[in-house]
Amino acid sequence: MTSNRQKKIRNFCIIAHIDHGKSTLADRLIEKTGLLTLREMKDQILDSMDLERERGITIKLQTTRLVYKDQKGEEYILNLIDTPGHVDFTYEVSRSLAACEGAVLVVDAAQGVEAQTLANVYLALDQNLEIIPVINKIDLPGARPDEIKDEIEEIIGIDASDAPLISAKEGLNIEEVLKAIVEKVPAPNGDEEDALKALIFDSYYDSYKGVVAYVRVKQGSIKPGDQVLMMSTKKKFEVNEVGVFTPRAIAVGALKAGDVGYIAASIKKVADIEVGDTITSAKNPAKEPLPGYKKVVPMVYCGVYPAEGEKYENVRDALEKLQVNDAALSFEPETSNALGFGFRCGFLGLLHMEIIQERLEREFDLDLITTSPSVIYRVTKTDGQVLMIQNPTNLPPIQEVNFIEEPIVTAQIMLPNDYVGNVMELCQDRRGVMKNMEYLDERRVVLRYELPLNEVIYDFFDALKSKTRGYGSLDYEFKEYNRSQLVKMEILLNKDVVDAFSMIVHESKAESRGRIVCEKLKEVIPRHMFAIPIQAAVGTKVIARETISALRKDVLAKCYGGDISRKKKLLEKQKEGKKRMRQLGSVEVPQEAFMAVLKYDDKK
Amino acid sequence: MKELGMYIHIPFCIQKCFYCDFCSFANRKHLIPEYINALTEEMKSWKEKLKEYRIKSIFIGGGTPSIISIDEMDKVLRTIYLNFDCKKNLEFSIESNPGTLEKEKLAYYLNNNINRLSIGLQAWQDNLLKSLGRIHNQEVFLENFLLAREIGFKNINIDLMFGLPEQTLTQWQETLYNIVALRPEHISAYSLKIEENTVFDKLYESGVLQLPSEEQDRAMYHFAIDYLQEHEYIHYEISNFSTKGKECIHNKMYWNNEEYIGFGLGAHSCLGKVRFSNTKDLNEYINKDNEREIDYIIEEKMSQKDEIAETMFLGLRMIDGIEIERFTKRFSCSPLKLYRHEICKLKEEGLIHVDGKKIRLTRKGIDLSNQVFVDFLPD
Repeated sequence: MTSNRQKKIRNFCIIAHIDHGKSTLADRLIEKTGLLTLREMKDQILDSMDLERERGITIKLQTTRLVYKDQKGEEYILNLIDTPGHVDFTYEVSRSLAACEGAVLVVDAAQGVEAQTLANVYLALDQNLEIIPVINKIDLPGARPDEIKDEIEEIIGIDASDAPLISAKEGLNIEEVLKAIVEKVPAPNGDEEDALKALIFDSYYDSYKGVVAYVRVKQGSIKPGDQVLMMSTKKKFEVNEVGVFTPRAIAVGALKAGDVGYIAASIKKVADIEVGDTITSAKNPAKEPLPGYKKVVPMVYCGVYPAEGEKYENVRDALEKLQVNDAALSFEPETSNALGFGFRCGFLGLLHMEIIQERLEREFDLDLITTSPSVIYRVTKTDGQVLMIQNPTNLPPIQEVNFIEEPIVTAQIMLPNDYVGNVMELCQDRRGVMKNMEYLDERRVVLRYELPLNEVIYDFFDALKSKTRGYGSLDYEFKEYNRSQLVKMEILLNKDVVDAFSMIVHESKAESRGRIVCEKLKEVIPRHMFAIPIQAAVGTKVIARETISALRKDVLAKCYGGDISRKKKLLEKQKEGKKRMRQLGSVEVPQEAFMAVLKYDDKK
Repeated sequence: MKELGMYIHIPFCIQKCFYCDFCSFANRKHLIPEYINALTEEMKSWKEKLKEYRIKSIFIGGGTPSIISIDEMDKVLRTIYLNFDCKKNLEFSIESNPGTLEKEKLAYYLNNNINRLSIGLQAWQDNLLKSLGRIHNQEVFLENFLLAREIGFKNINIDLMFGLPEQTLTQWQETLYNIVALRPEHISAYSLKIEENTVFDKLYESGVLQLPSEEQDRAMYHFAIDYLQEHEYIHYEISNFSTKGKECIHNKMYWNNEEYIGFGLGAHSCLGKVRFSNTKDLNEYINKDNEREIDYIIEEKMSQKDEIAETMFLGLRMIDGIEIERFTKRFSCSPLKLYRHEICKLKEEGLIHVDGKKIRLTRKGIDLSNQVFVDFLPD
């Protein structure tokens, strides 16, 4: 049953590959519907974080309500629910999709359908969303809209014959997209009088309102003063505000079945509100929650430590603040012999990890050292005890270990066929097992591999990009734990083990990884007054070795014409550099060393 | 009366050497008259402010000061003698490059109290001279040197560099044998450093510059120390050697962290605990409004802490090191107390040597002097 009110609502999202123009299209839609003046438009309204704008990707969801008047003068409310565009956020994407009835699929007129797009389209089809294909960038010289239409029909199996041909950048044919949304996306339904069921698809922290939940009301209604219950966490709150995004939050009297908006209820912790959870009425609860809720679990861990001169408390405060907005981030205190007090942080994936690290550094101006990322290993000891290990340092002595299991993911790699050889070689090298290979058309191929996650997090994505000249895309999901011949590799600097460099690697990879790490460390650690041996070892066996030769000369040039200040500045710079070093035993190690050992090297 | 060193900068050269990042210009010779005018105006403007001081050393540096004519140089010298109180028999140095010295010029210098001539030779072998972008060859240098002796210069410095691209130890040894045979009173020997925005920097970046290894560089340096000492040159500062009593008073003044005034383009001064400098923009310097005071660039107002740190790292450049008693008198605190931890650590690392009277660098400490100096900077 769709009420007259609901007939004027459309809830939709936009699915696109990175760079295919999602944010630009969203901006055009906002502009076209006239809610904002041109002056109010920042370059890209929906990507609000600087980082997002720089990387051209959406990390946090933003949602906005558009008011669209069609040619007959009928007014429609279009709720645009933005979705994050990366493999790490699949679950968030699926929840956002669950809040919609339709999805606009943006496909680049030159590049066609990409792996990530496909993954999200499948998610959307799973949710029974109406898919509206839109072909973007038709103004570019390489545009081939007709072929792309065929491709969409062939690969995805939806009708693309009347897909709007647009240029979001130039503002071309945007009206057609709006028309298609109104015509094709079904209006929402759900009875306003039923027991409340509202889907949480995102949340953020506001210093005045507390945690604000983004919701899609599926049935019933919600207004300030209502007592609500979070069906999975069982927490109860009193609603103090409900509202919509324009995209600024504006309070309204109530949200009813079919609406998209927010609720605020003086909720202190983001952890009290879980994405995918159902909000219902505490007095008159629904019998069952909405389907699809999943607890988000981190897949990748790394140590985050304050760099020299940075305060532990500052790092803790910043992590707490970020966690308020990002329930997927987890952290707990840990200590390292090399790095002192810090935190072990859990992330959804590598990108998520990088984003958090960058936000900590930029938004909180922190100086950090991060250790090698690790996955969670399942270690079964000889006494039968099972441990979940995410810090290589905690691996029990090898004589106490019966066997170790590692997480395996199913990876879907889409690439032009010219690079198949390169990528198969890469996957082989990363201990991948090929499951199948499928031609999407004459040029494009999907490779499906089972890969150990610890190989994927070791710079697999950069390697893939470099082996496919940027054309390869990757999507993966957890499959299972598998027994594997894993060993702990330790790095010794001047004969002392540096725990922050320890990593768990496959036995067959230990030597080559050890060699690369030693070489990288030799490059980044400055010479000292004494020679420094760098060794990689498994147990007591040294598997790779390099030596940093002793520094023989460190003198300033001519002290000319009394320019003492310049000499002093040079010395101060040197001192500053020294201060930023981490003293590990007798060796001073620059911060970059900790990241440098992780970077993919094209030469290798 | 307080004593003061005076530096005068002449930023003109016939050609810019490939390693040079000093404030100097080739192809601007036509601006010399205007420059000398601006320079003498600047000097005059300091007359009142410096009347409490007696000048104890003067150094005309560059650039190539010896390229300007006798007439122009005369304007500079007149301005000095008319406006400032100069100590009798003060050390008065001028820098020169081979190929710019003539009999008349040299005689003029000597007759007008310029009593120390510094000649930039840099290398002995013609092929090395060419690869440095020098304008002269070995023969021209020898002619100029002998001419200066003939005219009567009794205090001559020769500037040398080692660690040059493709230079061998043998070539460096040959350089020293030949220079020592000439018995100049002073020799300075600097290790080449690739400075930003020089021709060498670009060549180095593009990977075509073959520099000796650190080990080779140090072998050259250590050879110089040993060889020059054997031939009665005193190693008195990291890069400077002299016969007895001929240490450069002007340079020692910098290393003792004393006061000096610098005139001319980009010149640096240290006066009343303030370090400041002149603009490096030639047009700005020449076209300044004579009515208005010059806008000096304040580099640093020294706190006691800064002054102490600078006294340490400048003083340690001298092989004799820092006199503990003198330091203690100047700052009312012993350096041994002030830098207890640093000195202890540096001694342990074999970088410095401390006896009852002095703190000085060891030979290892000289090679790694920056490692020592940074420890004395304030946190």
